[in-house]
Amino acid sequence: MTTARAEILARVRRALADVDEPDPVRDVPVDWEYGRPLSTADVVADLVEKIEDYGARIVRVPAAAVPDAIVAALTEMEASSVVLPPGLDGAWRAAIEAVAAVTADEPPLTASELNAVDAVVTAAAVAMADSGTIALDHGPDQGRRALSLVPDRHVCVVRVDQVVSAVPEGVARLAPAIRAGRPVTWISGGSATSDIELARVEGVHGPRQLYVVLAD
Amino acid sequence: MSPNSAPAQRRTPAPPPGTWLGMPAFPKAAREQLQRAEQRQNLARATTHIRGKRAERAAEVADWEELRTAAAQIKTRVARHLDTYLVQAEEAMTAAGITVHWARDAAEANRIVGEIALAKGVDEVVKIKSMVTQEIDLNEHLESIGVAAWETDLAELIVQLGHDRPSHILVPAIHRNRREVREIFAEEMGRYGTPAPPTMTDDPEELAEAARAHLRAKFLRAEMAVSGANFLIAETGTVVIVESEGNGRMCLTLPETLVSVIGIEKILPTVADLEVFLTLLPRSSTGERMNPYTSLWTGVTPGDGPQDLHVVLLDNGRTDVLADPEGRAALRCIRCSACLNICPVYERVGGHAYGSPYPGPIGAILNPQLRGVASEVDQALPYASSLCGACNDVCPVRIPFTDILVHLRHKVVEHKTEHHPTAEQAAFSAIGWVMADGRNLAKAQLASRAGGAVLGDRWLGNRVIGRLPLPIAGRWLRARDVDAPPAQTFRAWWAARTPAAPPVDGSADAATEDRA
Repeated sequence: MTTARAEILARVRRALADVDEPDPVRDVPVDWEYGRPLSTADVVADLVEKIEDYGARIVRVPAAAVPDAIVAALTEMEASSVVLPPGLDGAWRAAIEAVAAVTADEPPLTASELNAVDAVVTAAAVAMADSGTIALDHGPDQGRRALSLVPDRHVCVVRVDQVVSAVPEGVARLAPAIRAGRPVTWISGGSATSDIELARVEGVHGPRQLYVVLAD
Repeated sequence: MSPNSAPAQRRTPAPPPGTWLGMPAFPKAAREQLQRAEQRQNLARATTHIRGKRAERAAEVADWEELRTAAAQIKTRVARHLDTYLVQAEEAMTAAGITVHWARDAAEANRIVGEIALAKGVDEVVKIKSMVTQEIDLNEHLESIGVAAWETDLAELIVQLGHDRPSHILVPAIHRNRREVREIFAEEMGRYGTPAPPTMTDDPEELAEAARAHLRAKFLRAEMAVSGANFLIAETGTVVIVESEGNGRMCLTLPETLVSVIGIEKILPTVADLEVFLTLLPRSSTGERMNPYTSLWTGVTPGDGPQDLHVVLLDNGRTDVLADPEGRAALRCIRCSACLNICPVYERVGGHAYGSPYPGPIGAILNPQLRGVASEVDQALPYASSLCGACNDVCPVRIPFTDILVHLRHKVVEHKTEHHPTAEQAAFSAIGWVMADGRNLAKAQLASRAGGAVLGDRWLGNRVIGRLPLPIAGRWLRARDVDAPPAQTFRAWWAARTPAAPPVDGSADAATEDRA
């Protein structure tokens, strides 16, 4: 009996009887230069503007002031319990432990246990200014995907040297992590829906509040 | 009815009776849909809004047209070498720990997903909004084997709880307004889980809050999820899903098992190609610079997310589309729905008239190719367009909609007349005879002049032909008025000209006045 795989591939080959050139790249050239930056005058200012446009909070502070900024964010969002990824910066962790109950994710929390936690604090991998997008590659300072998903408030720390102009540069920076098999999550503002009369509602299933701390 | 003869209790809300292909063909369905004044208002408001947003976000990107060209080229490259890329994607996925299945058609895909659910011993799955599982009607298959499939996208939830069908690719409940959504949630949520709060108004924020509460319990206990995919990267085997609400992330992160049903045309060759599509798709689709969440996963990550990943590569007619060099550009589609939102026909009739989960211009070119043109529904779809071409201009992958529509009209006529030439074809062969020779034209015009004299003088005070009880012209004239043929032909007028006739300029003026 022919397998589905063999039959589908045979159908594809029959359907493409008109294609003579075996090399895909020679057959259909793509007129595009990959990975080009935009000529944005102030990339960091662009990121701030675009993230604010999504209705998310963003503050810019010197690197040394990040622990205080995280504490201020948690206070503003009225978060009293926090889950932290295992590799989060020690100074940040110490500051958080002083103001909130920190739940360890070891052994891993169940989804229901995570659901009872108010907030999560993570670092980031890349930020793309033009679309206001933050990418996580779920390294040790960002944690497994469920951590930055189930709690209702997400404080995300982005370093200015992680900020690129737009998506093409961002994809180029993320490509090694993707090729290494790491999961990647792009976040552009808080969760939202426009499914009822296309009226935008902020906050559905993902964290309803996104608070970005931008560190110089 | 006695308990013995009662049908088994359903686990999920029943969809409306009947099938997509059992629906009336477009001309009849459109007339029915046009009677729904409230739906027309909902659609007009929504499509006008989203068209404006798309245009604004596209205009922000300096090299938008170059991006569209690159996207069309990349997808063309994939289509023309699909066997190579499928094998490459399968190898990469398998190496990353994904179990890859192949499905020739809907029944085979449904069987595979159902068998995974039964093997896992689950009696419910949570679903990420997916066009392809609508196409194969997966939910009803799972229901039939005792597995409840829960839609978790807000609009899909509205459709599912409303015993309804989707009418738009991106916003399946676009035909519903907030008042209708409130009624559906208040009535149905309590039957299947956390009920809507009794105080809930029709404010979209409160409706979204009710959906969050209703679905949260399902997310937290889910052991298996089913998704489609926006892109599948051949180079790495990476699956990509774009979404807004976070329901997708819930489904693809929390359960132990994730099955993704992916049409074989969804492949992109490399990771780098994502920069083109992740710039074009959100701006074309929701009119945002970026959708709130995009998830990329490359096989199993120990300790993070589902540990049992499956991908079902689905044909279901796609290789038939591929086999038509003129029609295969339809496989470039990335399901953004810009063509629906810009379409004057879609805006008025809505999505239900197209007899498929793929409505609008993309539905008109895709369904008759995926399903063939044997059914009345599919024969009518290439005509569900005025050929205005607005869809060509907004499509992020430059699908030549109107060319394909005309091509498919030809295919439909060929199919219908394979054995029985029609009166229309007889009429066109007559026209062929008339146009072949000037003397033939003169004879025909003699007849036309006589007709014009009769119709113009005796029937038509206003010299316009409206409805006529004639076999072919009658159907054509139902929606159109035409001038009655003139009593004097141009040839007769030309022959009768005397040397003292007015100069050319004057006669042109006279003709213009005549027409006015």
